[in-house]
Amino acid sequence: MKRIVVLAKQVPDTANISGDAMKADGTVNRAALPAIFNPEDLNALEMALTVKDRIGAEVHVITMGPPKAVEILKHALYMGADYVGLITDRRFAAADTLATSYVLAAAIKKIGAVDLVLAGRQAIDGDTAQVGPQVADKIGFNQVTYVSALREVNDNYLIVERDGEVQTEVIKAAYPVLLTVCAEANTPRFPNCRRMLRFFRLDMNDNTGIIPVINMDDLALAEERCGLKGSPTRVHKIKSIMLKGGELKMYGTDVTDIRQLVRDIMKDYVEVG
Amino acid sequence: MENYYTADRKFYLENKDLQEIVRDLENDFQDRNAEALHSYAEACTWYDMVLKNAGDICANFIAPRAAAVDEQGPTYRDGLVSWAPETQENMKVLSEAGYLGGTLPRRYGGLNLPVTVNTIIVEMVSQADASLMNLFGLQDIAMTINKFGDETQKTRVLPKFCTGEVSGSMALTEPDAGSDLQAVSLRAIEKDGQWYLDGVKRFITNGCGEVSLVLARSEEGSKGGRGLSLFLYERYRDKNLIVRRIENKHGIHGSPTCELQFNMAKAELVGRRKFGLIKYVMSLMNGARLAVAAQALGIAQAAFDEAMKYANEREQFGHTVVHFPAVYQMLKKMQAEIETTRMLVYQTAWFVDLEDMYERRSQRGEDVRSELKYANAMAGFLTPLTKFTATEMANRAAYDAVQIHGGCGYMKDFPVERLARDARITNIYEGTTQLQVVAAIGGVINNVLAQEWENLQKFNIKELSAEKERVLGFGEQLQAIVSEVTTVKDRDFHDYVANYLVAIASIAYRNVLFLPVAEQFAGKRELFRFFLNESAVRIDYLIARIRMLKKVYGVSIEELKRAFVKGR
Repeated sequence: MKRIVVLAKQVPDTANISGDAMKADGTVNRAALPAIFNPEDLNALEMALTVKDRIGAEVHVITMGPPKAVEILKHALYMGADYVGLITDRRFAAADTLATSYVLAAAIKKIGAVDLVLAGRQAIDGDTAQVGPQVADKIGFNQVTYVSALREVNDNYLIVERDGEVQTEVIKAAYPVLLTVCAEANTPRFPNCRRMLRFFRLDMNDNTGIIPVINMDDLALAEERCGLKGSPTRVHKIKSIMLKGGELKMYGTDVTDIRQLVRDIMKDYVEVG
Repeated sequence: MENYYTADRKFYLENKDLQEIVRDLENDFQDRNAEALHSYAEACTWYDMVLKNAGDICANFIAPRAAAVDEQGPTYRDGLVSWAPETQENMKVLSEAGYLGGTLPRRYGGLNLPVTVNTIIVEMVSQADASLMNLFGLQDIAMTINKFGDETQKTRVLPKFCTGEVSGSMALTEPDAGSDLQAVSLRAIEKDGQWYLDGVKRFITNGCGEVSLVLARSEEGSKGGRGLSLFLYERYRDKNLIVRRIENKHGIHGSPTCELQFNMAKAELVGRRKFGLIKYVMSLMNGARLAVAAQALGIAQAAFDEAMKYANEREQFGHTVVHFPAVYQMLKKMQAEIETTRMLVYQTAWFVDLEDMYERRSQRGEDVRSELKYANAMAGFLTPLTKFTATEMANRAAYDAVQIHGGCGYMKDFPVERLARDARITNIYEGTTQLQVVAAIGGVINNVLAQEWENLQKFNIKELSAEKERVLGFGEQLQAIVSEVTTVKDRDFHDYVANYLVAIASIAYRNVLFLPVAEQFAGKRELFRFFLNESAVRIDYLIARIRMLKKVYGVSIEELKRAFVKGR
């Protein structure tokens, strides 16, 4: 049986913006936005549950965030997660991707004997798509990013599709491996009513132990590498930029197309005497 | 798309006091297992989550598939029926989310929801895809087994319903026994302690399902309802049922309507012999009638939403068509009808919950005879009244929604075309409107609603006291015309005007339900006054019609009939 860890994040719902979404210092004003389960993390969770359905697995979902992030962990339980953990500590606040991946990597190591880590491709607030790859690096896992389909899974390896703009890569990966999952990969399942009934009253620090709270000391982390202290990223300036695309022309891979491509480049860049 | 568990549905549910009902359903909040509810507040929180989740599934998963389901429908090949692929997906999602045993006890895998809460789920499923309700709503079969089956039958069959492993059908109708179920002739034969079914059933919704409740003549040579018993047939235990064909229907394309042939198929008796029609099928049908009322309400809501959308998008003469009085007049009527019908549907569900609760308490030895009698009478009266109201209303709403779309509404490109077809069955099956009138008229004549009028009289109304007098006036008008009718000693005349009397009762009672709501919530007053004024006009009109028949023409009812009867 495989042990899977899903990395989840509670994010402001950027599709339903109310009030001032940005603070003066250029960071997101989380208080003004409703908090939701980061959409692609739901796809990661769905993939974990699919693996569980197919070959059997133990699905852990962890999140680093403020106490109210407990809501997405409950949602994960409603969908079918077996174990959840809330990694929260005031000293984790204002972490960038470097500090975040440092904490998450430690949490994964603490769970131990993990075969597969699944994360959403990126979060809709920061849009960096960096945390998954950085975690893979820190825990020494193989990684496949931008996974758009799970083709095959068994006890020894899995085969996934990775979508590029013009081609699809089919990748076979051995465990242990970390995947970052795109929205196209699947449709997250709906919560189950019976599981809602079992878990809706839960809270962190209640005496059930179902939602354990994990802090910096539990993970034996170096404070200077956590939160704001451990985050070299500084927001310099925020600008609203409208991306204006030029004309896009697609070329095939046959000889005629390639000839045409060369001609077009020459036309633009080479002065023919 | 927006979640179907709308503010309005939530509002009218929260308007119902379910406290006593839930306390009883949840074993006085004394259970201590992981799935036990410990208080009414907790139950309400969970119901709200269950409804929101269902609203999300309906709006964002089921509704987008409805056109494809309608287009393809089920297929029949070599005796095997397959649901459309989208229907299969819908049922899978609903079962995985846990909705297939809504009102069944949790020990069988159900949710143990009050009927009132489950009815809202049925309404939302129907709004998304009316034909799916026919499969989803067949949970009533499981409920009938739960009520009347023995423990072995329950533990064998009910968990399968909850996981979606089986689906069910109620096999009642035969070629010569439609509205008149007393004429059922499919034979049940007992040999060495084993029952066998032999004969044909027709128009059986999802007759291809694995579990069927079959009404059959167990008393050889008998005639009428007392010779009929109810049987449990399970396809995975016997192979002697053949699906002969599926019907090609006007609407609800997603649900297969089957013709069944039982060839000495092994079955089990449910409950007691000879109680099939008079007790079990009546109970089954009442559940199904409430579900069809909710289905109709869901279709009407979908039609209204589509009409609103279109009226605000379509431009003619330089304006969106919603600006034209002829259009917003239709919208206003639809809105008032839908909202008041919703109150009526939820009220009926609430009385069914009360009835179930008093039955349980009475079985536990409590003396609740008078309460049970009252709940029985109200549920028994309101169920046909609600089906009558909701299904006729849904047809009018779908008709007007097509009208608002103009030519586009006649084309398959817009959902209203499907909605109008889907609505059409609701006032036919589970007893036609005309049979609902037959079932409800006794309650109108015997004034089953007397207590409700008394409650209204006592209700402390400050803001709307003039309106209260008018609503009370409707009750007096109804009683007056009932006595006028009953003084005429002519059974045919009573039957002839019965639908008008039932219509008056429906309008009047919806005002009784609406008044306290409008008193309490100022935001509802405008719509209430609109409905009140419409009601006054319609009640006057219906009374005038009855009087016209009675006095003005002076023709006998017998003469009216003679013009149409051919032969003899």
